Amino acid sequence: MSSPCQPATLAELAEAVRSAPRVIAVGAGTKPRLAQIAGSCMRISTAKLTGFIEYEPSEFTFTALAGTPVREIAAILAERGQYLPFDPMLGEAGATLGGTVAAGVNGPGRWRYGGLRDFILGVRFVDGAGRVLRMGGKVVKNAAGFDLPKFFVGSAGRFGVLGEISFKVFPRPAATRTLRLRAADDAARVQILTAGAAARWELDAIDAALDEPAVYARLAGPEPALGGLAAEILGRFPGEELPPDEARERWRAVGEFAWAPPGGSLVKLVITPLQLPEVAAWVRVQEGARAWCSAGGNVVYVARPAGAAWPASPWPGLRLRGDGELWLGPRRSYAVQEAVKATLDPEKRFPGLEE
Amino acid sequence: MSSSAYSPVLRRLVALLPAGRVLTGPAQLAAYESDGLTAFHARPLAVVVPETQEETIAVVRFCHAEKLPFVARGSGTSLSGGSLPVPDGIVIALNRLNRLVRLDPAQRVAVVEPGIVNLAVTAAAQPHGLHFAPDPSSQPVCTIGGNVAFNAGGAHCLKYGMTSNHVLGLKAVLATGEVVEFGGPSREQIGPDWTGLFVGNEGLFGVALEVTLQLLPRAECFHTVLAGYATLEQAGDAVAAVVASGLLPGAIEIMEKLALEAATAAVHAEYPPGCEAVLIVELEGPREVVAVERGRLEEILAASQPVEIRPARDAAERMAIWKGRKSAFSAVGRLSPDFIVQDGVVPRRRLGEALRKINTWSREMGIRCANVFHAGDGNLHPLILYDGRVDGALQQAEELAGRILRMCVEMGGSITGEHGIGVEKRDYLGVMFAPEEVDLLRRLRAAHDPFGLANPGKMFPESSAPALAQSGLHPLEKSGVISRE
Ligand SMILES: Cc1cc2nc3c(=O)[nH]c(=O)nc-3n(C[C@H](O)[C@H](O)[C@H](O)COP(=O)(O)OP(=O)(O)OC[C@H]3O[C@@H](n4cnc5c(N)ncnc54)[C@H](O)[C@@H]3O)c2cc1C
Repeated sequence: MSSPCQPATLAELAEAVRSAPRVIAVGAGTKPRLAQIAGSCMRISTAKLTGFIEYEPSEFTFTALAGTPVREIAAILAERGQYLPFDPMLGEAGATLGGTVAAGVNGPGRWRYGGLRDFILGVRFVDGAGRVLRMGGKVVKNAAGFDLPKFFVGSAGRFGVLGEISFKVFPRPAATRTLRLRAADDAARVQILTAGAAARWELDAIDAALDEPAVYARLAGPEPALGGLAAEILGRFPGEELPPDEARERWRAVGEFAWAPPGGSLVKLVITPLQLPEVAAWVRVQEGARAWCSAGGNVVYVARPAGAAWPASPWPGLRLRGDGELWLGPRRSYAVQEAVKATLDPEKRFPGLEE
Repeated sequence: MSSSAYSPVLRRLVALLPAGRVLTGPAQLAAYESDGLTAFHARPLAVVVPETQEETIAVVRFCHAEKLPFVARGSGTSLSGGSLPVPDGIVIALNRLNRLVRLDPAQRVAVVEPGIVNLAVTAAAQPHGLHFAPDPSSQPVCTIGGNVAFNAGGAHCLKYGMTSNHVLGLKAVLATGEVVEFGGPSREQIGPDWTGLFVGNEGLFGVALEVTLQLLPRAECFHTVLAGYATLEQAGDAVAAVVASGLLPGAIEIMEKLALEAATAAVHAEYPPGCEAVLIVELEGPREVVAVERGRLEEILAASQPVEIRPARDAAERMAIWKGRKSAFSAVGRLSPDFIVQDGVVPRRRLGEALRKINTWSREMGIRCANVFHAGDGNLHPLILYDGRVDGALQQAEELAGRILRMCVEMGGSITGEHGIGVEKRDYLGVMFAPEEVDLLRRLRAAHDPFGLANPGKMFPESSAPALAQSGLHPLEKSGVISRE
């Protein structure tokens, strides 16, 4: 029998939840701030809750245990020519499927077809009373019951421990091309981001670097179609196509936050494309800050060296790593949120959202 | 009616609002007695027609204070009895709360009030090359509020998702009277997805007041192919082959023989002769991509033993294919005085088996049943025909519907893909979910609505059955404004 803190089955997971007055689930610890709780709180590791429960390539669906590393999932899907189009983040660092859902962090590919919330189909989870419950379904389309699976995206382990998660997948495009487009300043970045979003090209990803005058655009689809599209884009915005190795390395760096100073703090800020200049200016006045803008200008990740003090953020944010408050910026709270918390976690076994 | 004739609670309600907002005349109420599931009807105490968000909030707070049940209503096209009134409560009709609050083409976002019609959003976005992706067949009349409440779908769900996938944020007044704002104009968010939890609540949490929608650029190029097959199995196998090929079509639809005949009669659609089933596949994207993929699609279809393949050669031929498809249900409906549309989902690989079972039962029970469905996502839409004037016919039709729903759950699917549970499928919630899961759903509802005032009698199994009535096509279908999908 495994230790109570490393359950290997859903029944053991439920038992682990019931075994302590305060608990929090942890995956691979790649977004440690989410599970950094003051006071005593038992950590339940999902390290042994791994593997596929089912995978039906012909259905475009799979169900896996929450502790399964997203890297393994990507590899198995790739064998059948499929993928999770939102580019799950921190795969090399070992990120788990459950931790990815709980953190609600999407990669650059979320631009085209949507993020975690758009591909999650169902969950089996343990609520604060230690019950194993299932919501949603395993088929690509389902409207029965309230959409609790979506609610769990970004829920930070505060409402339940995810045990098993079902996702929709898509066929993987046969080829990709990455273009580095010159963006002299923030106005140019915004111009390329919004023009790229509206154009006929159906970009697969479009991200802006903030400490290099560039926007990176990725095309994905059948190889013979991409050359013409790339040429047209480069005709409109000066730049160059990256050789395949360099392109792979570029997106790997984005997906692993390789550009962030090690040991420092890392924050996700939610913005809209037209806010980018303001956000970029805010970042630049902070000492040692580095940042990357993803998802067509809808999110900025900001990293700072350890110990650096953060000014108040005008944009809503979530701290993934480092010390300091979990949520940044303006927040709204409502009585119904307390009521939903009490429904899923009547004894407050999981930390509150504010902890 | 003079206000002195109102009951005390209605008098207080009338006093709360500007003149003319509260309808109580029998003729006025009659229009709200049913929704798209015409087998059910109920007369509410009154219909309130608010014109502003403030008025709507005031009405919901009034209901909360008075413990008065209410049913929010958009255009009343629900096919599951979702907007069926409750006899001891009021209807809040939202059609006049329908402003386009903000259109932001650069960031591709529209902020709308719930009474706006689905197609009106796309109409506003079109000059900027944008559209609102969810396209239920009822889109010329159904409202965004109804789409949000039911997480409505359409023909493009496999690739683009349902309504929820296009709702970035919303403002609502909950049944407790609390006004909440979730999400916002960004495509990214932090924290639990409160917006996602609200969408699909079937009107049981409260009333949506304002919805932030993402808009998508319209695809540059479409390629639509119609293929006829001698057997339904072959059409099903063709779907499997298309899906296995790595293509991601915007739509994959199948129509069975009875539906083909009906569409031929109703809108003069033309199909290859001698076919039991027709498959429609539509590719979309930049022209270079479609040019490559259409070749691949043609190879796959050619190898699938079709009777005939007919690619649309131009926009007019494409429209004709879709016209036949979108009119199919109303067309079948004209073959029969009454019908029920089911909406279960099965794993795609079991479509053939599911259809065989439905056809066997329909033969055994002597009930005609036509199938037109979203094959790409396994979403069946069997149309069960009956004559409500014949004693026991509705019960027979419901018996067949029930068998189909149980089959969907047994196959690992769902009792509803897009039409919601409403009144119609509430007895089957417990077939899909375990008792403690149904209990969780009830408790989640109670967290938003402790007194059960918002749309009571829907989604959850209850002892009291609503009144049954007999009738035919939805009035809007009779007049040809909409058709069922
Ligand atoms: C001919 C026909 C074809 C159809 N085709 C499709 C299809 O292809 N795909 C599909 O998914 N559906 C389809 N439907 C079903 C129906 O059109 C959809 O469910 C639609 O979303 C309902 O919109 P409505 O405005 O008519 O809402 P109503 O029927 O008025 O209400 C539906 C539900 O929403 C609630 N509601 C309405 N407004 C609000 C609000 N502001 N706040 C909170 N709750 C609210 C109501 O209480 C009710 O529970 C079809 C219906 C018909 C009659």
